[in-house]
Amino acid sequence: MKREILFDLKSPYRHNFQIIGYRFGAGAPRAAIVGSLRGDEIQQQYICSQVVKNLAELERAGRLEPRGEILVIPTANHFSMNVSKRFWAMDNTDINRMFPGYDKGETTQRIAAALFDIVKNYPLGIQLSSFYLQGDLIPHIRVIDTGYQDLAQAREFGLPYVLLRAPTAFDTTLLNYSWQIFGTNAYSLYSGDTENINERTARQAWQAILRFLHRNELIRYETHDGYVSRVIKEEDFHHLTSRRGGMLRRRRFSGDYVNERELLAEIIDPYDGSTLDEIYAPARGEIFFSHQRPLVSQNTLVYRLVQYS
Amino acid sequence: MFDFVARRSINSAHPIPQTAPAMIKTIVAEELPVGEKFEIHKNVIAGQPADGKRLCVVTGTHGDELEGQYVCFELARRLNANLSALSGSVEIYPALNPLGIDSLTRGFPTFDLDMNRIFPGEINGHLIENTAHKIIKDLAGATAVIDVHSSNIFLAEVMQVRVNIDSAAALVPFARLLNTDFIWVHEANTVLRSTLAHSLNSIGTKTLVVEMGIGMRITLDYGNRLVDGLFNLLAELGMWTGARPREISAPLLSTGGEVAYINADTSGVIIPAVEHSRRVRAGDELCRIVSPLEGKVLQNVRAPVDGFLFTLRTFPLVYEGSLIARIYSGQ
Ligand SMILES: [Zn+2]
Repeated sequence: MKREILFDLKSPYRHNFQIIGYRFGAGAPRAAIVGSLRGDEIQQQYICSQVVKNLAELERAGRLEPRGEILVIPTANHFSMNVSKRFWAMDNTDINRMFPGYDKGETTQRIAAALFDIVKNYPLGIQLSSFYLQGDLIPHIRVIDTGYQDLAQAREFGLPYVLLRAPTAFDTTLLNYSWQIFGTNAYSLYSGDTENINERTARQAWQAILRFLHRNELIRYETHDGYVSRVIKEEDFHHLTSRRGGMLRRRRFSGDYVNERELLAEIIDPYDGSTLDEIYAPARGEIFFSHQRPLVSQNTLVYRLVQYS
Repeated sequence: MFDFVARRSINSAHPIPQTAPAMIKTIVAEELPVGEKFEIHKNVIAGQPADGKRLCVVTGTHGDELEGQYVCFELARRLNANLSALSGSVEIYPALNPLGIDSLTRGFPTFDLDMNRIFPGEINGHLIENTAHKIIKDLAGATAVIDVHSSNIFLAEVMQVRVNIDSAAALVPFARLLNTDFIWVHEANTVLRSTLAHSLNSIGTKTLVVEMGIGMRITLDYGNRLVDGLFNLLAELGMWTGARPREISAPLLSTGGEVAYINADTSGVIIPAVEHSRRVRAGDELCRIVSPLEGKVLQNVRAPVDGFLFTLRTFPLVYEGSLIARIYSGQ
């Protein structure tokens, strides 16, 4: 293992902003793993720290395959994390909406450019990601539909789902998108949690990464085969939105199997406790996403359900 | 008790129509979690004849940009003072992001994406994505839409219209009417497809973006000039028979590749040396970046080209990369 400063930026009054990388093995670049790009992606950084720890142990045990190098970058935004901000604290910009970056541009464009310059030559790319809406998610791999995606390889993580997503205009600024356009097989791993560490889902995520590296013959790491991932698309979801605003009392959560017409949640009046709305499952299926905050506005997504007939 | 519950239902009357004149319309009304509705209002000022022409002036997508507040007030005041000269209708939307404006927040509170990056909206998303969809529906089909922005809290901008190069041919003739100093025809950028202006232009509703002044402040001179420009536009659209503004400025028109960006080479505090909206020569000092701790000058920031300084940072703290100025070097 080699620990290396990959990027160094002076700040007015804080320590320099540095991006630290951990390299395992030697030779041609093979796989890059990127952790938190946002200050609230604590689970994502934790998962990366566990990947580093496990790879270091495997290296000591002689279990890295001599096929090239694995690079792990646990965070490219600890500056925001240390001050409890989600985005770059100076200007509130999102590094993960700056790719492929611009080395003569704004600060976060420069950070994105430096990071991308380092990771773009790796044929395999894994990013630990979080969803733009607060809520809990089933652990899954997300692949942006660029025409270059490899869904069979995405299933090698052995997570329950692989979600193929058609990019919006704004999605073209994501690391995952740039990676794919520049020829990397890029996978975003959503572990389900973000600002809290969930040991169970974190372990599932780092084991999925090690399973993937093993199946791609970069390490020798025997484990069970995981899930036979189901590939889904955005249009496969039922979207259940709130018809009223109020307090959300959830009965069912992501990962729960539900039956048609089953009560999933109630929205209650925050003054008198009466029920304003009830959300029922429109079909039998599995809850993929559920709104987490106890307060919900009207016309807001509360659940996404994968239908099973 | 039951009576109270019934009156609180979503289809019941909300306070605005009871207290404001009938020309105030509510385009979005959604319940927030606790005892409050999120509402977007517009003021419909209708002239005679009602010939179907409609100029929409929208602002306040970014809650920290307030220059448009004066524009909305002054436009409504002048129209109401001489309503007989108006035909068709002028619709004024002073706050597309009312929660942001009222809480001193640039974005939509509880939602982390820039509100001007989520158009044309999403029915199955966050409340504001659903709202974006409704805003587009309400504005679609207008004769013209003017979207007034005022930079952010960091940069002062000369009064300008920004036009995507793909729609320049259709929009620049309108942009010239608005009494600005500058028209910046910028490159097509994929990300900007998710703006309000791009979404409307792509469905055939002519939309112009005005950027002027600075966040958190009102620059009266710019506001008055833009209102003059709006009356000039109304006259040109055949909607206004009243007095036309005497002087309309002839803006500089940029075309691609003539804008120089000056970004900080180092992090520190800037001491300004020039004011914006003026011509500078290559080599002129724009500011110094200093270290207050060491009492040292870290960088003398100089203009790389001769030209018109149309963007200038006024917020003193910079990181390496922070934008300091933009200079248009064309004629
Ligand atoms: Zn703005």
